[in-house]
Amino acid sequence: MVAVTALVEVVEVAKRFDGNEVLRGVSFTARKGETLVVMGGSGSGKTVLLRLIAGLIRPDAGQIRVFGRRIDHLREEELLGIRRRMGFVFQGAALFDSLTVLENVAYPLREHERLPEREVRRRVTEALSRVGLEPDVLPLLPAELSGGMRKRVGIARALMLEPEIMLFDEPTAGLDPTNARLVGELIREVQAGLCDTSIVVTHDLELTRTVADRVAVLIGGRFAALGARDEVLESEQPAVRAFLAGEAR
Amino acid sequence: MGAYVRRTVMWYGGLALLGGRVLRNLALPPAYLRHVVREVEVMGVRSLGVALIAAVFTGMVFALQSAVNMARFGAETYVGPVTALAILRELGPVLTAILVGGKVASGITAELGSMKVTEQIDALRTLGVNYVKRLIVPRLLAALIVFPLLTVLADSVGVLGGMVIMHLERGADMYAYWNVTTYWVLPRDFLMGVGKSLVFGGLVTLIGCYNGLSTEGGTEGLGRATTATVVHVTMGVIVSDFFLTKLFLILWWP
Repeated sequence: MVAVTALVEVVEVAKRFDGNEVLRGVSFTARKGETLVVMGGSGSGKTVLLRLIAGLIRPDAGQIRVFGRRIDHLREEELLGIRRRMGFVFQGAALFDSLTVLENVAYPLREHERLPEREVRRRVTEALSRVGLEPDVLPLLPAELSGGMRKRVGIARALMLEPEIMLFDEPTAGLDPTNARLVGELIREVQAGLCDTSIVVTHDLELTRTVADRVAVLIGGRFAALGARDEVLESEQPAVRAFLAGEAR
Repeated sequence: MGAYVRRTVMWYGGLALLGGRVLRNLALPPAYLRHVVREVEVMGVRSLGVALIAAVFTGMVFALQSAVNMARFGAETYVGPVTALAILRELGPVLTAILVGGKVASGITAELGSMKVTEQIDALRTLGVNYVKRLIVPRLLAALIVFPLLTVLADSVGVLGGMVIMHLERGADMYAYWNVTTYWVLPRDFLMGVGKSLVFGGLVTLIGCYNGLSTEGGTEGLGRATTATVVHVTMGVIVSDFFLTKLFLILWWP
């Protein structure tokens, strides 16, 4: 029997905001070598779950382990080393708006590694080419980019430190079908050669079909389903069926 | 009422916790010296005009008012030391902190608040960057350099303004004015003001940073946070000035 390594382990996690219980005892593991897609409607707590895994917020109850280490009680300074091994792609890209594309993508390198400027530029250009962008975008500011380009620059920046875990928050939200397909393919490429595990939160069924190994469906603060992609997407559970058919309230 | 008290307690608690985190991060690498220098330029050089114009006119007004009224008691000779003491101990540091502090802190709140609502601070955190060390510590260190320097300059032009206006308006002999002033004013009067400016600089920067990091509610929340910073800075400087004055009087004038 092959041992399965859990890079992310979430146990009975609960989170509330101003009395509103968003997550009510969510548990799952994300294993090495897989892409886990968490689906759910708007406001279902998908992004909250991702932020909890990155240690950006703390759970009210439960435990979160990343790389085998419990992170839910760690101080900000203690989380920095763990976060360097993770990449986070934000829904709105969260690029630094006063910095150029070059400076944005080079930011993690300049912050954590002492490299000659020529090497920084080479690695930035390489990362941009990996996400399908040409070097002519280097001097542009984020405001001068389209939504799809911003998203791809965000992915390039998140990949700069060669993370073992990638977290994608609604990667195709607001993108046209062509750009959404490109981002889906990019996530597959990232998972195939650049990182060990990806967790994608989305309500995009097409993206889920493209990238997921396993799928979880978050309804009412709990996982209504969690399992292999086809098993979940063809689930007979009424709540899951209603969500996938776009009929859930 | 209960909600207001709760909010107020949480604000002071949050400010104190942020202060603690800043102290803890001071010694951690990296030093971000380049950012400290940049902040000195942003805070100091760009605020110089405001601080100096306010100081010179305050010095002139104070000297004129004092001269007219002290002449009634035959004490016009002492306008110089009275003006200098008021400027060195109170008006220089307090006016500089309120004017420059309001400008600097509201700018910090707007910048950090904008970064907060667009998730740029979270982006920094996910890249393994210590955001307290990167965003707050350089600003605080710069403030600890800039505020005392601006206060010393404001003190100088305020005292000079008083002397010049006394010469022009009241015919005072500038040499005698200077001699009487330096006879009565002690180094500790000057140091008291500089000491206050250090505390004010740290306080207003911390308020600006805390309100920026606490911004919620998009652009509307950003507007609210920036306005709140100006009020908090003004009140913070005025209230803390009283306690600092008491402290310095206990230490140096027992």
